Amino acid sequence: MADSILDVTRLECRRGDRRLFSGLDFSLDAGTLLHVRGRNGSGKTTLLRTLCGLFTPEHGEIRWQGESIRHLGEDYRRNLLYFGHLNGIKGDLTGIENLAVAATLDGDQVDRSAIWDALQRIGLKGFEDLPTRMLSQGQKKRVALARLILSTAKLWVLDEPFTALDTDAVTLLQGLIAAHVADGGLAVLTTHQEVPLTSGQVARLDLGN
Amino acid sequence: MLRVFWCILIRDLTLALRRRTDVLTTLFFFVIVVSLFPLGVSTEHQVLRILGPGVVWVAALLASMLALERLFAADYDDGTLEQMLLTAQPLGLLVLAKIAAHWLLTGLPLVLIAPLVGMQYHLTETAIGVMMFSLLLGTPVLSLIGAIGAALTLGLRGGGILLSLLILPLYIPVLVYGAGAVEVSVIDLSDTRPYLTLLGAFLMVALIFAPVASAAALRISIE
Repeated sequence: MADSILDVTRLECRRGDRRLFSGLDFSLDAGTLLHVRGRNGSGKTTLLRTLCGLFTPEHGEIRWQGESIRHLGEDYRRNLLYFGHLNGIKGDLTGIENLAVAATLDGDQVDRSAIWDALQRIGLKGFEDLPTRMLSQGQKKRVALARLILSTAKLWVLDEPFTALDTDAVTLLQGLIAAHVADGGLAVLTTHQEVPLTSGQVARLDLGN
Repeated sequence: MLRVFWCILIRDLTLALRRRTDVLTTLFFFVIVVSLFPLGVSTEHQVLRILGPGVVWVAALLASMLALERLFAADYDDGTLEQMLLTAQPLGLLVLAKIAAHWLLTGLPLVLIAPLVGMQYHLTETAIGVMMFSLLLGTPVLSLIGAIGAALTLGLRGGGILLSLLILPLYIPVLVYGAGAVEVSVIDLSDTRPYLTLLGAFLMVALIFAPVASAAALRISIE
């Protein structure tokens, strides 16, 4: 308990009348990757949204460095990067504009060249200036994932980050996650795809049993 | 703080400029509704002059309702709203920036076009001046109060109708004092002062409470 950064105790979540999970306990240290597994509808997304503070749990508590995330509020969100089912990018804005807005909201001082570099690294060279609605599903996802390159957040919460990506992008994303974890960051992710996430300590959590 | 406010404001304005139809619909709706009354009721100068202020204000109310639904819905659908909720920035500030953009795109055009519709109703120059000023004070209140409703009904089925039922009653004071100011200006310009002062007071109160209330409503809606 003393060393762990993220502590979850006796967490219970409900959707309407259905109890998704209860009595969930786990804690994560720096440099840990948590892989959440479970059937469809077992509450993976709900758990991830709860970790972000978007969903209020029925019971239990989530603590970040010993303090409840409810009380930390903005101080917690500063450390957080959430990547959900929705890409969170505007179709009418270009990749550059989207990332510039995201960076400003995150409070990062990111200059334009850093954003260009990030988009090139994620494999969107030549598409930086196009409105993102003209891009394919996978490319839109890449724009959203470019935030991971720019982010300084300590905790990454990634919901199905590998879907719609080609093998190159999957490898790239794995590299990013591995580097983040090796750097002492925390990552919580769900995926149904078999990807070798080899770096650091990989914890697994099975829901819905 | 200010950087974030500008960032969202400019983002929303850019988005609207790339999708101009949304802005133009509101404006045309306003113009058409206002133009229908002389055609349907009477073209008598005397009747129109009495009708004018009320009709313009009711049309402004309805026009601002029209665009409200989309205030948060577009961001909700593509997940950018979710991301805004997860930033370390105060949500009230982001909401205020969105409301400001909304007003610049839907409220301000109504103020600017008011002289044109005022002429249709044979309003005097002073009356048109007062109407523009009352709209300038009143339409931001409409956007601010409307944002609370838009946040509360976000993601609900049939949210549009519910939004109207929820918000229109709250618009009544603005309508009464906005149209009232124009009406009394016909008699004596100095009589408009209490009306406009009250509208200004509404604006101040709404400016303080509406962003916070909308932010709280958004947090509930996004669950």
